[in-house]
Amino acid sequence: MDTDALRGFTSTDSKDQLRFITCGSVDDGKSTLIGRLLHDSKMIYEDQLQALARDSVKHGTTGDAIDFALLVDGLEAEREQGITIDVAYRFFTTPRRSFMVADTPGHEQYTRNMATGASNAQLAVILIDARKGVLVQTKRHSLICSLLGIRHVVVAVNKIDLVDYRKEVFDRIVGDYVAFASNLGFTSIAAIPISARYGDNIINRSGSTDWYRGSCLLDYLESIDMQSETAGLPFRFPVQWVNRPNLDFRGYAGTVVSGSIAVGDEIIVAASHRNSRVKQIVTYDGELARAEAGDAVTITLSDEIDVSRGDILAQPTERPEVADQFAARVIWMDQEAMVPGRSYAFRIGTQSIASGSITAIKYKIDVNTGTHLAARTLNLNEIGFCNITIALPATFDPYEANRRTGSFIVIDRYSNRTVGAGMIAFPLRRATNIAWQPLSLGKKERAALKHQKPCIIWFTGLSGAGKSTIANLVDQKLFAMSNHTVLLDGDNLRHGLNRDLGFTEADRVENIRRAGEVAKLMVDSGLIVICSFISPHKAERDMVRDFVGDGEFIEVFVDTPIDECVRRDPKGLYYKAKSGKIKNFTGIDAPYQPPSAPEVHLKTLDQQPEQLADTVLSCLVTRGIIVLTNRTEH
Amino acid sequence: MATWSRGERPRMFKMNAHGNTKPETHTLPRHLRRLEAESIEIMRDVVAEFSKPVMLYSIGKDSSVMLHLALKAFYPAKVPFPLMHVDTTWKFREMISFRDEMATRLGIKLIVHVNQDGIERGINPVDSGPTLHTQVMKTDALKQALDLYGFDAAFGGARRDEEKSRAKERIFSFRSPGHVWDPRNQRPELWNLFNARIRKGETMRVFAMSNWTELDVWEYIMLERIPLVPLYFAKRRPVVHRNGTLIMVDDDRLHLAPNETPELKMIRFRTLGCYPLSGAIESDATTIEDIVAEMQVAKMSERQGRLIDTDEAASMEKKKREGYF
Repeated sequence: MDTDALRGFTSTDSKDQLRFITCGSVDDGKSTLIGRLLHDSKMIYEDQLQALARDSVKHGTTGDAIDFALLVDGLEAEREQGITIDVAYRFFTTPRRSFMVADTPGHEQYTRNMATGASNAQLAVILIDARKGVLVQTKRHSLICSLLGIRHVVVAVNKIDLVDYRKEVFDRIVGDYVAFASNLGFTSIAAIPISARYGDNIINRSGSTDWYRGSCLLDYLESIDMQSETAGLPFRFPVQWVNRPNLDFRGYAGTVVSGSIAVGDEIIVAASHRNSRVKQIVTYDGELARAEAGDAVTITLSDEIDVSRGDILAQPTERPEVADQFAARVIWMDQEAMVPGRSYAFRIGTQSIASGSITAIKYKIDVNTGTHLAARTLNLNEIGFCNITIALPATFDPYEANRRTGSFIVIDRYSNRTVGAGMIAFPLRRATNIAWQPLSLGKKERAALKHQKPCIIWFTGLSGAGKSTIANLVDQKLFAMSNHTVLLDGDNLRHGLNRDLGFTEADRVENIRRAGEVAKLMVDSGLIVICSFISPHKAERDMVRDFVGDGEFIEVFVDTPIDECVRRDPKGLYYKAKSGKIKNFTGIDAPYQPPSAPEVHLKTLDQQPEQLADTVLSCLVTRGIIVLTNRTEH
Repeated sequence: MATWSRGERPRMFKMNAHGNTKPETHTLPRHLRRLEAESIEIMRDVVAEFSKPVMLYSIGKDSSVMLHLALKAFYPAKVPFPLMHVDTTWKFREMISFRDEMATRLGIKLIVHVNQDGIERGINPVDSGPTLHTQVMKTDALKQALDLYGFDAAFGGARRDEEKSRAKERIFSFRSPGHVWDPRNQRPELWNLFNARIRKGETMRVFAMSNWTELDVWEYIMLERIPLVPLYFAKRRPVVHRNGTLIMVDDDRLHLAPNETPELKMIRFRTLGCYPLSGAIESDATTIEDIVAEMQVAKMSERQGRLIDTDEAASMEKKKREGYF
């Protein structure tokens, strides 16, 4: 490559910008790599090089050679301590692309900064020291990038010179990396052997790695396609500001964050469901016929409807979610730990929410291993999967579907510090705008009266799997042990409470929601609630799980192969379904999603219902739901 | 519905209200479109979230771009905040006339603030030295003005590529009462979700062009035909050599040493500040296109011409902590 052309000014229409993040540990050579990219792409001027040479003598760690890391470690404290404290943004340009690099520190205590850098990055360059291979921090960096929605990764195996440019070392590291990163949702992983210190495979292909056939780092960064990333997303236009220069003009100023819209298109205001049409798309440079993702415009509508800052305009066919409760991954960024129930302010897109709270931490994520751990609070740099309730409904999309409309920040209402950042997973559909009536007696008191811990025992499985049979036995056994139970059976509920529901997807969700709500009320009154529902979808089962507290939802997977269920066919339903008389029958023409981690997994093929029921009971004992004493002797 | 690529979108009709002489159809490359939209989004956010914003206007090229972006952000409304120039009284004369002309032409309210206390104490860059002069006439003056008018947010045109401590600056940069910046205690800034919440006495500095580079700025000025102070363009001007820098003799307040004789040279400025503190470069670039071409072979950074930064190591960080923009 012609390095002289790198300063390149000759912009074309197609010249775009790539924003990426570099991740690596203290000694992986991250800052050196960025310094090298800036230097080799001639973004460093002579006076800066002179200053650098002076600094290298003072603070450098490279002897007489220029320490490129000092170029990017900007704050005094960092230069003294030789570490990168904060996120630094660096820029360089080539004729094909301009680049913005977020340089972030690698230590565990700076997860906050890595997440900050990753939030606006389209790609991550993850540095691995060739001598050390994939380390715990490599996994941490990859996990954070994945959580923040980065889908493209470049694994830069650095210091390849220190392992004599050996192919085996590179291959082993890449193999290790790909194996562990396979479930992180990356759409592309490229691996490049480099030496940031000596410039191997950075701007030019290195002669020392003849065995490597891929592009050098810069070539790769210049050519990777980023357009397809957001193409095809639904239209979203968060209104930032109402532009009313005079009585004749009322425009909504904002940036199209995804999709596109044309004059004449129908739109809805997501929160109010009011609809209208786009009358004009106004810009200083003249009116547009169409606005696309990334365009900052002012939209006028053909009807006078109420629209203000925080509203999101969408198309009626592809609406965002509107809810006052949702589940989200939250990264805690403050010294003061997050406490469930405490009131915080939120900003979701252009919507400012004065108060809301984290109602439950379902689990926290160990950033080093990805495993889920129980948690009561979130400390600085911890990431938790939480349920959140906000004072007013907000408009959003799941983060996975749209990074711009699915992200939020959490603000301390008193100090105004930004204390957390979140990525919405899904809305929780619960009662809106109804305040809780405080009750003086709770489920704890009521359950104590019955010498038991209230819970939901949720039997799920195919029709004919044996759910009702086992559930009945469990019910009888608990009753015999003087426990206060109730049994909610899917079929029975459909005769009453759920009589109006059919078997469409929406009706199935509603069926489970109602059953779950009823079960929750009964848990609140201290009962052990046994539920028997096919409940084919993980989402609905998890919804019910979310209705109650930690440890109060015991999922029992009644695992019977479909062939066996068809053979048993106790109600003759499979016969009807197969002959087309019943539609949407689970296992035949509707899917069943088996639980991934049920509390109890019952395989019915080689065990009798009695034994299976006892398995459930012993689980209840282990979990402290019931106590195995014969109270009748008292 | 026909589709078209970004570069060739049809203009339904032209209604540029501010009389800038721009070609009917011009295209910005995608990276500049992105930067432009991002800056506009930031400006709109500030206007929506703060009760009394102001735009710091230094008359330089970055300020010119900022002003242009503000026109775009709020069109067809007028720019909904005033411009404020903190005048050290040592600006080039051409800068002052350009400033007044722009404000009049665009119909934007312009506030000019001078630290009268500094004037009375006789502070000036020639005798007091650049450090004291900058502290009193720029940093202190700015704090005075923000307090005097009660502005709760102030736009600045600083960019992250300018200088090392700027590289870590937030777009919404929080200042505690007294306008103090604490680099170790900045609010995390994720996505485009800016935390605009402040309490009484606290303020926000907002750097809407954080992610632009010097190159982007020049290219944008060229493509958008943004008016600039003539000092950016090469012309024969009277200069003297001082400390390896070319200093322009703008008026008789610059005391000439006995061995100093102003000579006429083809010079221009890459950045503009107080005239005794701004080094000129020899150049033949008389048009933006020339400047852009010259930039491609430039060997020195733009801050090289600024005498205030070479005072001491990490001097920018120190000044910023104290409230310098």
